[in-house]
Amino acid sequence: MDEVVGVHGVVKRFGTFTALAGVSLTIGHNQFFTLLGPSGCGKTTLLRCIAGFEDVSEGTILLEGRDIARLAPNLRPVNTVFQHYALFPHMTVAQNVAFGLKMQGMAPGPRLKRAGEMLELVHLSAFADRFPSQLSGGQQQRVALARALAPQPKVLLLDEPLSALDLKLRQAMRVELKQLQEGTGITFIFVTHDQEEALTMSDRIAVMSAGEVRQIGSAREIYEAPVNRFVAGFIGETNLLPVRVGSIAGGMARVLLPGGHPLTCPAADAVPAGSPHVSIRPERMTLVPPGTGDLDATVDRLIYLGTDLQVQARLADGTALHLRLQNSARATPPEAGSTIGIVIEDGAARLLAD
Amino acid sequence: MAGPAASGSAGTGYRSITGPLLLPTWVMIGIFLLLPVLLMTVYSFLTREFRGGVDWTFSLAAYDRFLLNRGLFGDEPPVLEWTYITIFWRSIWQAGLATLICLIVGFPTAWFIATRPAHSRALWLFMITVPYWVNLLIRTVSLRFLLRDQGPLNDALIGAGLLDSPLQIINTNLAVQLGLFYSYLPFMVLPVYAAVERYNFALSEAAADLYASRWTTLREIVLPVVRPGIIAGCILVFVPSLGAFLAPDLLGGAKTYMIGSLIEEQFKGSQGNWPFGAAVSVILMTLVLIVLMIYARAQGRAGAH
Repeated sequence: MDEVVGVHGVVKRFGTFTALAGVSLTIGHNQFFTLLGPSGCGKTTLLRCIAGFEDVSEGTILLEGRDIARLAPNLRPVNTVFQHYALFPHMTVAQNVAFGLKMQGMAPGPRLKRAGEMLELVHLSAFADRFPSQLSGGQQQRVALARALAPQPKVLLLDEPLSALDLKLRQAMRVELKQLQEGTGITFIFVTHDQEEALTMSDRIAVMSAGEVRQIGSAREIYEAPVNRFVAGFIGETNLLPVRVGSIAGGMARVLLPGGHPLTCPAADAVPAGSPHVSIRPERMTLVPPGTGDLDATVDRLIYLGTDLQVQARLADGTALHLRLQNSARATPPEAGSTIGIVIEDGAARLLAD
Repeated sequence: MAGPAASGSAGTGYRSITGPLLLPTWVMIGIFLLLPVLLMTVYSFLTREFRGGVDWTFSLAAYDRFLLNRGLFGDEPPVLEWTYITIFWRSIWQAGLATLICLIVGFPTAWFIATRPAHSRALWLFMITVPYWVNLLIRTVSLRFLLRDQGPLNDALIGAGLLDSPLQIINTNLAVQLGLFYSYLPFMVLPVYAAVERYNFALSEAAADLYASRWTTLREIVLPVVRPGIIAGCILVFVPSLGAFLAPDLLGGAKTYMIGSLIEEQFKGSQGNWPFGAAVSVILMTLVLIVLMIYARAQGRAGAH
């Protein structure tokens, strides 16, 4: 993989608080890379360290092999789209977009031409002479994008840029952002706490919590093969069942489920010494008559979700479990209070590190 | 017919409430703003009464004295009178310089305070205003005491071996300048602080992100965005400096005479000349108004974008 950005052992402390506890990751050319995690996990701090707004306490940040961790932000060939856009209120849209080019010393003629092209790219040509205060949130967002893309940075950093938009606009912008990334061929580093956003757009996702990267992989890898309980719980819905581990060999583990039924399932590389769990997605289980499946459970409650039916159930030892069944005319839903048998689809369960 | 009448009365009903409520405002503006200006303008066109006060006869003598020199006995052909124009000119550049120095010192001060943690800002602002609890006259007299030939400043400089003989500061333009600067600094700091406090520092980050150096960011982003605060501060310093009379009276000498002192003298005792003082005031006020109107025009043009 061609590396554009390499983050190596980056530590960031604010006084006694450690925001980044030794983060390492590499990001390739022409990638849509997402930093995903709950608020306070350090994703924005990492982005600000790459942009240069925060000094790193330890570690290096390589941009095409050159360490930029100690450079001033104006000397780094990366540009940022800010969460609240930070458009210059006293400049027109065109002047905003041309600002980076002006600072790079481009002559007025070429830079206004380039600004015009960038505005065309984000469908705002008609607004070139407006001021930011005269634009809607979605339009300001696009100006911020055009402004950051105009100097053709090696990497574009986006700090939760969609969080201030309403749902419809946000969904449209996801597609537009992904198209922009593919069209320009610039590497995007996108920060979000919204897993759906991350799954829709990203080539690769780094899931972070408490200042550490917990897993890096494609959307599918992270959803289907989470390596620890945090990632499994944060991305999508999942069931975590405590198990007893028999043996592990060749990436497969033999475990005993809570009801005593044995199961063979893929295992993450490192299996914990503590309390091991398997993760099972709610849509990857099916109903069978009691006693004939992998697990037996009592139905607590049924929740109708339109296309799906959510079954909230409880194992004999009290472990809560939920399933998602597709609503169809043929299937008869279970009744609350009844006992059901559950079959786990092949490969659906996964033994997790703690 | 009932419809429009009802909606009309609803509209005017709201107004008829605010009308009487605004009465105190109009009375205040009338008594304390319009009436004095009107009185002064009328007085400037009256005849001087020798024991002070005015004689209610129309006369242009005050303006004539300001602009034209007709010789000692008033019978020579009139030539342009430079005395008062020189005083005006001196006042304008002294006030302008005081404004500039207040800006150079006040802007970093305001910036410093606005970038402190929120809980300590109030303390810094409080400290800026503390000296101004003391009457301006007393502060100016104290400054005179500090600056005089045998005062603490000169004693300290001589004691430290930096000077052989006392530095003549009192009665110079420098002393007047110091007095003006010291009197009006908070009027610069406070509005600039208010503007910088509202400043969104993400704009500076955005500028740095787009390859602007610190100085360029200051020039291209910070100063234009906080401009309203800076202009408000400049007006608040320039206007009172222009009419100041305590600093030039107490710290300056004959060569540092300013408009404020000229006006003050016209209303003191039997030596005064009320119509002339009023005329100088009217000219001064007209000048200030012109400056403010130019500013308002520029603001309006900037706001029209």
